[in-house]
Amino acid sequence: MPSFYEIADQLHSWLNANFNPTWVLIIEMVLAGVAVIGLFAVLGLVLVIMERKVSAWMQIRLGPNRVGPKGMLQSLADTVKLIVKEGMTPSGADKFLFNLAPYIAMIVAMLLLAPIAFAGNFQLWDINVGVLYVSAISSLSVISVLMAGWASNNKCSLLGAMRSGAQIVSYELTAGLSVLAIVVLAGDLKISAIVASQSDGWWIFKGHIPAIIAFVTFIIAVTAETNRAPFDLAEAESELTAGFHTEYSGMKFALFFLAEYVNVFIVCALGATLFLGGPMPLHIGNWEGFNHAMDYVPSSLWFFGKTFFLIFLIMWFRWTFPRLRIDQLLNLEWKYLLPISMINLLIVTAMAILKWHF
Amino acid sequence: MKIVPVKKYISDVFGAIKSLATGMKRTMYYFTHHKEIITQQYPDNRNTLELPERFKGEVVMPHDENNEHRCTGCQACELACPNGTIKVIFKNELTPEGKKKKAIDKLVYHLELCTMCNLCVEACPSDAIKMAQTFEHSVFDRSKLTKVLNNPGSKIMEGVE
Repeated sequence: MPSFYEIADQLHSWLNANFNPTWVLIIEMVLAGVAVIGLFAVLGLVLVIMERKVSAWMQIRLGPNRVGPKGMLQSLADTVKLIVKEGMTPSGADKFLFNLAPYIAMIVAMLLLAPIAFAGNFQLWDINVGVLYVSAISSLSVISVLMAGWASNNKCSLLGAMRSGAQIVSYELTAGLSVLAIVVLAGDLKISAIVASQSDGWWIFKGHIPAIIAFVTFIIAVTAETNRAPFDLAEAESELTAGFHTEYSGMKFALFFLAEYVNVFIVCALGATLFLGGPMPLHIGNWEGFNHAMDYVPSSLWFFGKTFFLIFLIMWFRWTFPRLRIDQLLNLEWKYLLPISMINLLIVTAMAILKWHF
Repeated sequence: MKIVPVKKYISDVFGAIKSLATGMKRTMYYFTHHKEIITQQYPDNRNTLELPERFKGEVVMPHDENNEHRCTGCQACELACPNGTIKVIFKNELTPEGKKKKAIDKLVYHLELCTMCNLCVEACPSDAIKMAQTFEHSVFDRSKLTKVLNNPGSKIMEGVE
């Protein structure tokens, strides 16, 4: 079976042989765009049905079971419904910002996809500051939330947007510090270099307990950053109807919904890349036979397996824990997560300098 | 400003992790044990439907084989009902000795008003009424929901006062 890298390589050489370089660049950009949009559509369908099934089973329910085999086509039917629905704009809303906000949410999610390594040597854009790029762009998503909340001209929406602002600004810090722990260990910000540094073992195993602490704080912080329960104060169905997207309907609502799931996928992909080796197979010390067997599993399968494991973990949180209050949320960040991850970063730095890690 | 001792801070963190893990263990148990699912796929399993013992569908008055019920007409159910669902209508009956005795003519039950609160059943001193498990109550005419609980021609059971 050819790997993603080989397919991309062959396509690139075939295009180079048949077109001039400018056209090759344009065609490749269009292809990448189509691939990203296709991935988004598939992710939306898969993650929605996954979420609904996981939540049902965790709450001793059956979940969707009517459309298609075992209800697996439910999200497809829902998509058709959302497409044919009317996209209302309230008359009191700031129409320009109101209509712009869902697209900003989507564009931010798309930008975040650029440096993710989906398989060995298979990346859209391998920049030398990949991790910095991801943490910089991911904080832009708060702009779309604030924009939607403000433009809706609705108290619930505005309140949701303000909460979301406070939340994302504070949890950015912990997410950044946890990511820094791995950057310190790997000694590089480039995603491909971080992946390569884990060829002999994933950082969560090589980095001893501090790496595990960093992993836990990272998972908590990104759950908060993607506005998911137990940190879904920006939406808070029981308090604010739907928070910042109360006034949205039809496809504009679907874009927010999709952006949330794509953001979850991206942060989980980042977590998988940093802590669990991304496309790298599981290697244990000197077990040659075991390591060799693991190499046969394609790298893309490793990547998606790890990512979906982390997505499942975040869904597991969502359907177990009750929502926090805004003061509890900020207490957790400023009094617990931030000091812990700062001390943890110090320990990791000492470890990296003294070469205590494997 | 209150300063939290370091020892309490650390024990808080570990206590939080422990309690979160307990919750996650429970949901993981449900996630992996599909036989625990309590959803009833109602119209599909209509023939094999098993309702819980305390399920409350409507108020009925059980009669025995001689068409006798246990209702004395004490009106305790009518008084207990919070929204006037039950009306007791009396008639006078002659006992074998020739005395007049109060008995029920009709015990009218408005299903459309009933909230299945069970207060009438609890109030009844002679166990004359109980909750049945029937629940498919939809009809095309509202007047069909007004029911007379005692069968026509029924009388009170011997020995119930």
